[in-house]
Amino acid sequence: MNLIVNGNETNVDGELTVNELLTEQNVKMPEMVSVELNGQILRRSEFESTKLNEGDAVEFLYFMGGGHASERATD
Amino acid sequence: MPLSEQQIERYSRHIILEQVGGAGQEKLLSSKVLIVGAGGLGAPAGLYLAAAGVGTIGLVDADSVDLTNLQRQIIHHTSDLGVEKVASARNKMQAINPEVTVETYHIKATADNIRKIIPGYDFVIDGTDNFPAKFLINDACFFERIPFSHAGILRFEGQLITVLPRETACYRCIFHSAPPAGAVPTCSQAGVLGVLAGVIGSLQATEAMKYLLDIGDLVTNALLTYNALTLEFRKVRLNRNPDCPLCGENPQITELTDEEQTICDLNDSKH
Repeated sequence: MNLIVNGNETNVDGELTVNELLTEQNVKMPEMVSVELNGQILRRSEFESTKLNEGDAVEFLYFMGGGHASERATD
Repeated sequence: MPLSEQQIERYSRHIILEQVGGAGQEKLLSSKVLIVGAGGLGAPAGLYLAAAGVGTIGLVDADSVDLTNLQRQIIHHTSDLGVEKVASARNKMQAINPEVTVETYHIKATADNIRKIIPGYDFVIDGTDNFPAKFLINDACFFERIPFSHAGILRFEGQLITVLPRETACYRCIFHSAPPAGAVPTCSQAGVLGVLAGVIGSLQATEAMKYLLDIGDLVTNALLTYNALTLEFRKVRLNRNPDCPLCGENPQITELTDEEQTICDLNDSKH
């Protein structure tokens, strides 16, 4: 099945759910990712039940902080 | 107020731009921008907006300059170690442009104080590093109806979105609520290429100026992502999310509250 993942054409074997795609794409911490499927943000609770279809466009959007880091917290 | 001769000279490279002109420069001089976080993102934003003659710039930060900041927070110098960041930043901004008023708030932004600070500002720049602050700014700007620029940086990547509350997709439309504790690495745990702060913070200043001047197209209903390693920008199109807990069809957030701090331990989280 052909998908567009983060703008790149990607071929995956067989049927996949969003959760399975996250695993397949080596996303190690899915809890830090929001998933957009064909322009709509998915609920986290739907990751497991949502099956992907041929031609779907999937975007992984990552939580990013930065800017003003509190470095001393880890000293 | 008409521009003085000195102002016409100082801002000549703006004034010569058809889309800015004398009227646009006067608009900038009478505008007010609030920068929350005088760190990596706030540094270039503060410097450029001061240089551009944005008349009033507010800075919110409870922190003092630390040696680890200097790799990317270019508004702070080695001689500023231990100095309040808002004071250090104000000094540089006024050294560049003495006619800019810099309002400093040496406090951690909270649900209690932010709604008292942001009214009166035309645009807000989120230069914070932690998610509770980012959600707080998003929510406060929603309730006060003030447009803002969100940005984040981590390792070699950055992201940016401008939000026109109640009109375009907000931060919660994308990221419903703060991630679970420990899930998201911070710059201190994961590292960040210093110059990323310059790239993304400068883009935030660009968005602020475009909004103030009412020119061009803002990065709304799209998340701009930047990868420094491939030097690629991507605009991921977004729609407002009907499930958004803040601006969706059935909002669960009806008043401003502080989100729990959930990243690393942050016993000295500043926002």
